[in-house]
Amino acid sequence: MSRIAETFARQREENRRGFIPFITAGDPTLDATRELIVELARAGATLIEVGVPFSDPMADGPVIQRASERALKNGVGVAEVLAVVADARRETDVPVVLFSYYNPLLQFGAERLCAEARRAGVDGMLVTDLAPEESAEFAATLSRHELDLIFLVAPTSTGVRLERIAERASGFIYAVSRAGVTGIQSSLSASAERLVTRVRDTTKLPVAVGFGISTREQVADVWRYADAADVGSAIVAENEKHADAPDLDARVGRFARGLLPT
Amino acid sequence: MPENFLTQPDEQGHWGVYGGRYVPETLMAPLEELNAAYAAVRDDEEFQAEYAALLRDFSGRPTPLHYAARLTSLANGARIFLKREDLSHTGSHKINNALGQVLLARRMGKRRIIAETGAGQHGVATATVCALFGLQCVVYMGAEDVRRQRLNVFRMELLGAEVREVHAGARTLKDAINEALRDWVTNVADTYYLLGSALGPHPYPLMVRDFQSVIGREARAQFTEREGGRLPDVLVACVGGGSNSIGLFHPFLKDAGVRMVGVEAGGSGDKLGQHAARFNERGGGRPGVLQGTMSYVLQDERGQIAATHSISAGLDYPSIGPEHAFLHDVGRVEYVAASDAEALAAFRTLSEQEGIIPALESAHAVAYALKLARELKPEQTILLNLSGRGDKDVQGVADTVATKDAAGGAGDETTEQSGDETTERAHGETVGGVELP
Repeated sequence: MSRIAETFARQREENRRGFIPFITAGDPTLDATRELIVELARAGATLIEVGVPFSDPMADGPVIQRASERALKNGVGVAEVLAVVADARRETDVPVVLFSYYNPLLQFGAERLCAEARRAGVDGMLVTDLAPEESAEFAATLSRHELDLIFLVAPTSTGVRLERIAERASGFIYAVSRAGVTGIQSSLSASAERLVTRVRDTTKLPVAVGFGISTREQVADVWRYADAADVGSAIVAENEKHADAPDLDARVGRFARGLLPT
Repeated sequence: MPENFLTQPDEQGHWGVYGGRYVPETLMAPLEELNAAYAAVRDDEEFQAEYAALLRDFSGRPTPLHYAARLTSLANGARIFLKREDLSHTGSHKINNALGQVLLARRMGKRRIIAETGAGQHGVATATVCALFGLQCVVYMGAEDVRRQRLNVFRMELLGAEVREVHAGARTLKDAINEALRDWVTNVADTYYLLGSALGPHPYPLMVRDFQSVIGREARAQFTEREGGRLPDVLVACVGGGSNSIGLFHPFLKDAGVRMVGVEAGGSGDKLGQHAARFNERGGGRPGVLQGTMSYVLQDERGQIAATHSISAGLDYPSIGPEHAFLHDVGRVEYVAASDAEALAAFRTLSEQEGIIPALESAHAVAYALKLARELKPEQTILLNLSGRGDKDVQGVADTVATKDAAGGAGDETTEQSGDETTERAHGETVGGVELP
């Protein structure tokens, strides 16, 4: 059983819900990323998504676009992200998922990527623009290295598509709350809950909901029906706001704790 | 190689390893829906008749095939023929695709149309067809291109479209496509994305190629009629995303005797960031995934997409349609590059010799055709797709020439690859936000 599967299984036994923060590696620095991984784990993260920056993040809104630009200016690529995860691994055993677009991973080389990711302590990958139809080879490589491949499902996904995705997915399913790019929004649509219900009819894998979640109330709402709430832009925005603060990790950690229903 | 390999992609839109669908899950079902809708009209007589009538009555097709007599004597080699897409309504071949896709959007019941544009030609074509059918139209355009192609921005606005400036990245075509994709993923229920080139996720490369193939079908009939049943020896067209070139080439792919050359933007030099020649391996072009499709992509060693440079906004794009990538690998089509300086010289030459001011994009094809004609025999023929007219570029070229003259620059007929610093525009020479050396 993978570390991700174990984590969700334990959580289910204890009847708890999960919290999945996202950060972009190298924003504002790689040192900060290592500290943030450790601090977010302490703050109660079930799993941490670490963004590998890409020059053309077509599924991202302005907040994560800016974070990617800052990370790229810092010269951050796949190799640097793997090194920072390996560093953080000495201090935490929280599951880590690399979150990226296909091209930077493809250019690094799937085999080399998976071998080195496994060694660094990465647990899985989520590739925004890699649909199940195009994923066979990449999925096989991940599987050989015992890494999970996490897929997105969306309110637009048809029943046939949900089944296709469930066949290929491992670890957990990431349900996109609404049609749109990443970013903060004031209220979550009912489409997220309907989608999770449909996913549950298709697979036993845990389901996380993301896109647009930025408050404790929204996390609590998602916890009613899903296994975990995924918070990206809100944390990245907090990170951006305090980028120059000497206690950046503590501030982002405090913000993360504030998102968790008591 | 089976013959149909040269004509059709597989069910998932692959030509060999290229093409496919690399998009976020939210867009997968809408693309399947689009694919089904397109498959339904592809062989539908009523749809095709409506499309043909619009091409004839609204756009003015067929466009003429012109024998360029003075250009031919200047080259003193092969005879050169021009397929006059520049005479299409709105001034370029882009209207062929816009008309086809807007009919499809109407069939699908979509009332809001979005598009991206580089040089502005596709934006103008889309704004035009939306005005024709009373549809809402939003066009995304990079801020740098807005500056370079001001006239086309006015034209789109006059036609009732909203032009949204994109300030991300290098602020050119690629960034406009990212924004259009973000709009589409957000408004997918009521919005039709009218993509302007043979790019992007399946079925766009196939659909755009089909709608543009009218160029090649007409040219073939016109040429054979004029030349006693003979086919041209060489086809030449410029290649940005690759829609005008695939439109000309496609109906000739099975004719083994017809040589085909796609002309990419050589820009101001061979280094990554100085050009838009995707098949220039030393210049950073290699297979990758960008904006929904697998093809050749200009990128750095980490897979970050490179900034590109071309004097023509319409060729200034780091990737190329997937069918071109396939045709390149199997050797059916040759790909070469013409520099900024060569395109500028050809822009002037065609104006002076034939009384036709070409778009700077098409001027790249003219530059190469002239060079090639000199190497060929008088009994040989070149058919060149003159994809657009140059009105939109006159101001920009005048500014460039003025700057050059003021700097005491090179003469008019320079075709040196070294490129003139003053012809470079001032957009950020960065790769994925990283300053180039």
